[in-house]
Amino acid sequence: MASTIRVRAISNGDTTEVQALVQHPMDTGLVKDAQGQTIPPHFIQQLTFEHNGKKVFLANWGPAVSKDPYVKFAFKGANKGDEIKISWVDNKGANDATTAKIQ
Amino acid sequence: MTIVHSIPATRRLILQGAGSVALFGLGGILFAAPATAAANDKYPEEAFKQKSDADAIKALYGKPHEASDKVKLDAPEIAENGAVVPVSVTTTLSDVTSIAFFVSENPNALAASYQIPAGTTPSVANRLKMAKTCNVIAIVESSGKLYSATKEVKVTVGGCGG
Repeated sequence: MASTIRVRAISNGDTTEVQALVQHPMDTGLVKDAQGQTIPPHFIQQLTFEHNGKKVFLANWGPAVSKDPYVKFAFKGANKGDEIKISWVDNKGANDATTAKIQ
Repeated sequence: MTIVHSIPATRRLILQGAGSVALFGLGGILFAAPATAAANDKYPEEAFKQKSDADAIKALYGKPHEASDKVKLDAPEIAENGAVVPVSVTTTLSDVTSIAFFVSENPNALAASYQIPAGTTPSVANRLKMAKTCNVIAIVESSGKLYSATKEVKVTVGGCGG
């Protein structure tokens, strides 16, 4: 299966701008389905970005983050062609990881 | 006589000593716990469980925050769809270690908290769910102090399923 994470990292000279889009339902545990059954909470808790083994960004998320979450940030000290590693873990213990080349 | 007097005196001293040690110990735990919660990598479970924004800020950081015009919170005036509200924050403050977003009227106020290691620009954009019209609060931790920006977002359709 294709990765749940889509990343675009663009080097802008000194800084690298990273945009990430993760496919995830981000269920709050407050919504009922068509049968009136509560959909249990299911959301990403932590999303980590690493460059050369060093953590450059860590997101702690609650269920109030929108479905298929999007995040954008920028960091210094990376070059074009470097790889960044992205990984997430959700409240059910599921996880996924991917790497992206800085363009 | 002197011996009789000295015994209660030492006992009192010991008791006083024990009392102050106990107080110190308790104080240390109370103050240390919230401060480390925001700094380490652990998922701040307790802060995400708090209902009100004030309680969530207390659970996450454990210290007061002040409004600052150096924190720029960008959110729409009116959000048509509460399920997807684009919110971003940038700041000119230096030495930023974390940024957090709170939605005051959500069932749990804390929406997201980000760790900003050294070398990372203190600027984050994301998309949040909002239950109804209310304030979005962004808190930036800079040099150990908390600075905040607040903006009211009008929500036409709530994002909590309803």
